Amino acid sequence: MSMTAIKFVPLWTDVLIYLLVAVIVAFVLYARKREHLRSQWRQVARSRMGMASLVVLLVYVAVGLLDSVHFREAVERNGDNAEVHYSAEVLSVLDVVLTPLRERVEKTYSAPFATHLYAKEMMELPDGSSVRDYPRLDYGGAHLVNPAADRGADILATATQAALQAAAMLLVLFMLVSGVLARKNKLGFATSMGRVLRGRTELPWHIMLLTFGVLLILGMLAAHLGVKYHVFGTDKVGQDVLYQVLKSIRTGLVIGTLTTLVMLPFAVLLGIMAGYFRGWVDDVIQYTYTTLSSIPGVLLIAAMVLTLQVYVETHPELFDTIAHRADMRLLFLCIILGITSWTGLCRLLRGEVMKLREVDYIQSATAFGVGHFKIIGRHLLPNVMHIVLISVVLDFSGLVLAEAVLSYVGVGVDPTMNSWGNMINAARLEMAREPIVWWSLTAAFIFMFTLVLSANLFSDAVRDAFDPRLRKQ
Amino acid sequence: MNDILLSVRDLRTWFDSSRGPIRAVDGISFDVRRGETFALLGESGCGKSMTALSLMQLLPPQAAGNVSGEVILDGQDLLALPELAMRDVRGNRIAMIFQEPMSSLNPVLTVGEQIGETLRRHKKMSGAAARTRVLELLDAVGIPDRQRRCDEYPHQLSGGMKQRVMIAIALAGEPELLIADEPTTALDVTIQAQILDLLQQLQQDTGMAILLITHDLGVVAGMADHVAVMYAGHIVEQAARADFFARPLHPYSQKLFASLPGRAKRGHALAVIEGSVPSLAQEFRACRFAARCEFAWDSCRAQAPRWLTPEGEHGVRCHLYDPAITAPEQVLKAQAAAETHKPPQPGSGGTLIHVDRLKVHFPIHKGLFKRVAGHVRAVDGVSLELQRGRTVALVGESGCGKTTAGKAILQLIRPTAGSVRYGNLELTALSGGALRAHRRDLQIIFQDPYSSMNPRMMVGDIIEEGMLAQRVGGAAAGRGQRIDALLTQVGLAPEAKHRYPHEFSGGQRQRICIARALAVEPKVIVCDEPTSALDVSVQAQILNLLKGLQDDLGLSYLFITHNMSVVEYLAHNVAVMYLGRIVEQGTVEDVLQNPKHPYTQALLSAVPNVDEQTKREVIRLEGDMPSPVNPPPGCHFHPRCPHVRPECRKQYPRYTTLSETHQVNCFLYGQGSER
Repeated sequence: MSMTAIKFVPLWTDVLIYLLVAVIVAFVLYARKREHLRSQWRQVARSRMGMASLVVLLVYVAVGLLDSVHFREAVERNGDNAEVHYSAEVLSVLDVVLTPLRERVEKTYSAPFATHLYAKEMMELPDGSSVRDYPRLDYGGAHLVNPAADRGADILATATQAALQAAAMLLVLFMLVSGVLARKNKLGFATSMGRVLRGRTELPWHIMLLTFGVLLILGMLAAHLGVKYHVFGTDKVGQDVLYQVLKSIRTGLVIGTLTTLVMLPFAVLLGIMAGYFRGWVDDVIQYTYTTLSSIPGVLLIAAMVLTLQVYVETHPELFDTIAHRADMRLLFLCIILGITSWTGLCRLLRGEVMKLREVDYIQSATAFGVGHFKIIGRHLLPNVMHIVLISVVLDFSGLVLAEAVLSYVGVGVDPTMNSWGNMINAARLEMAREPIVWWSLTAAFIFMFTLVLSANLFSDAVRDAFDPRLRKQ
Repeated sequence: MNDILLSVRDLRTWFDSSRGPIRAVDGISFDVRRGETFALLGESGCGKSMTALSLMQLLPPQAAGNVSGEVILDGQDLLALPELAMRDVRGNRIAMIFQEPMSSLNPVLTVGEQIGETLRRHKKMSGAAARTRVLELLDAVGIPDRQRRCDEYPHQLSGGMKQRVMIAIALAGEPELLIADEPTTALDVTIQAQILDLLQQLQQDTGMAILLITHDLGVVAGMADHVAVMYAGHIVEQAARADFFARPLHPYSQKLFASLPGRAKRGHALAVIEGSVPSLAQEFRACRFAARCEFAWDSCRAQAPRWLTPEGEHGVRCHLYDPAITAPEQVLKAQAAAETHKPPQPGSGGTLIHVDRLKVHFPIHKGLFKRVAGHVRAVDGVSLELQRGRTVALVGESGCGKTTAGKAILQLIRPTAGSVRYGNLELTALSGGALRAHRRDLQIIFQDPYSSMNPRMMVGDIIEEGMLAQRVGGAAAGRGQRIDALLTQVGLAPEAKHRYPHEFSGGQRQRICIARALAVEPKVIVCDEPTSALDVSVQAQILNLLKGLQDDLGLSYLFITHNMSVVEYLAHNVAVMYLGRIVEQGTVEDVLQNPKHPYTQALLSAVPNVDEQTKREVIRLEGDMPSPVNPPPGCHFHPRCPHVRPECRKQYPRYTTLSETHQVNCFLYGQGSER
């Protein structure tokens, strides 16, 4: 496949994700020059729990970003027709990386590490007679001649090999970190290694390396075992569950971050204006958010998602592929969630700004004749940023969970899109079946739990550093 | 009987911090005798409150394990006691009252319940017996209408009342020792006089000892039997009160006296203590005061001074009094030399601001439709004049509306009625851009140097803000030069502009605020209690700076304060405010030397005085200032006035002109006239 044979298809959410990444990079560059911001982030960086959870989050983000570069492959054509047609299937870089997982589709359910299907089938034996038994899987453990006897030993051998490779990679990484630190602090290499090991460095490198090491081992295990077996089993149509949970990461991250991006301008601008100008501006904004927050959120979301669904179905010409349709629904879900969730932050900011506008330095700016919007931009906004940041990080995990709940109810993301909510929704039937299929739910649970837990731990570290009331002395 | 109640020997309290131990209290020793008041005097950060907390073992966790030495209360070492036994000491044998009465009481419990709590814990009293005792205690601390007050919540009481309740709680355990940590700092002078009076009287009645922690020399002069001066975690001087005030020995104590503003020092620069208190995170090998001491010589920087007792019980920690060390000749000469004199600059005159019947009423909204149910008459008809190059002091207790008046003159709060004329301009009629254009002539300096600067801006940007808004100082390079010049003018290095406000001390921040105000070349500066959050020695620096700037630039100040000695030192004219109105105004000599209004007389007499010879009879005012929502009919002051007459209850007195410069609103001096 040559380079010309693909066409990049940026989806709407992809564009917004790149925008978000650009905003974060710009903020980092801005914060580097400002001592008060740097010192607070330095405190986050010194927190062990914060950095451990950051490592986990970054791994998730890396997967999500890989899954946000979409393209369509050219369909192989015979002859020299100049026009190139592209496949209707939109792939991402992650799909390419996970090709072995994506393409090894079984017939139906199979348990984790199974070599046989989970359902009996009529099979014809070579001698012509037929028997009803569990058939061998097409891919899972297909390399084994005698699965019943060899499977345990094979898994152990593969796992050991994976773990050893992971350990070697970790060692290289450890030496690399020590080397860079040795160079930076002008220390001997051995001294630096000792410091990193004992946690005598400014950042908790030992914790970060340990966390990353655990993830690396898990990743290597999945990589080695995943090509031979279905680590998390397969679902009803025989798709690898590991592939599904990995693909769901992007959906969770998009909901968690883009919703915030949609909500922030409303919440920040309106909150500050309400608190600063008071009077009728305050009345109008207060009235709006009180009204909005008294409509049950789920009702509003259901109404809007269903309306959108009807619109999409009656205008199929607007969407090139299924992926575009699903993406549009995801984006709308973000927008709707954003519209219903800005009121909390807005209320917080209004209260804080009402306090701040009476503070002496705002009064002094007024005494200098500084204009209203300059006061808002220069004095109020930087002094409420900590609240914005804390609530954004805290909201993230709530939104990831909200997606799962909404998809379960049936008003979440498109059913064709991989998401933890959809997996849990499917598990409703799987759990009711006898014998039960437990692995889809378990896989979704593990991945979602890890993400939400590390997001919560990270937000604790951020809050400790930024909340002036929690700051020590 | 052994008359020493509490004996503290070599007490050390160290804090753990990321930069090593902080020696908050570093080896102090003193004795408190029964029935006497021992004052621990020092500026903020010298470790005096930490000493009190160490005695009570109420230290924060970072310090709890690092207390050494001996604290012997009546033969029992408190530091050796376990926490459980300590609980029987706290509140029972040693009681403590804190600085902030607002936050020391639990807002959801009634006064009676809070006093009863101590009775239940230490005296095993409950039910009717406890109630009777609570009422007795409330009576003892002079709370009127005690039956009703007993069932009220803290928010229903005024600041002075709350402090009385705190004292009642402290007394409930019948303590042998009362630790009073800045008991009157948050209160007004007239209330402070009431509380100090009460403490003295209770001491006479119960014979308890008081450990008084304060920064106020005036309070020490009125209360203490013995004084210990703390500096940077240890005691530098200790003496009986009379000895200490007659002849302070340590250079630090001498400087503290010299830096007090007052009438006698008008026209002179106040003595200042250069530099700041050294960091307590280091191990001291030399005299801790050496870096700021005028007399310091080599020995001071080489070795720590011993504890010396040159005159009987009067102890001091200074090489000057050590017979084993001889001070160089010039040091002794310097010690005898007097301070430099500077002739007072006469003001240049000419009215700059004319305020006429200024009113600021805040509406009180009630009910569903936010109907206006009444008004807070914060400022209710204030008239005054401010002349070019002169200082008018607006004096009054908290809640009298002086800050509101200052802000209303600057149009930071829009007045309800009245006029503020600046030159030929009517400021109250201006708005929007027109007002903004005139803002540069009128500036303000705030009380709290910590909240008056945006913590997220660099000092240079803070000073530049006004210049940008008012287009002063030209292009970026010109503004940069001007910022450097301004910082130099207020006594800071130009490099300060690249730093953030939190890196500076309170006094330095106040200098930055002054530089910021000066940046737009104002004609008038409203100084809203600019020194009340600062220590005495730093206050002297700021007052010197303000005075120097007035002489050099011909600025006019409207100086809002409650501190009479600052008024005596700085002001040309004084206006005394009570409940939103000016009751007396005139020149400093008129008002302070010859006060006519009974309120002014009471206010002046309540100011604690360091000078023992000129002690005035304290006129005690009953009760608190009424609410400005509902001022009393007739003269606002009549419910508290010792000279009240029938007509006072009916009508507000009009202006009586006593002399060309002196006016008063009081029926004692005739019927008066409308201006």
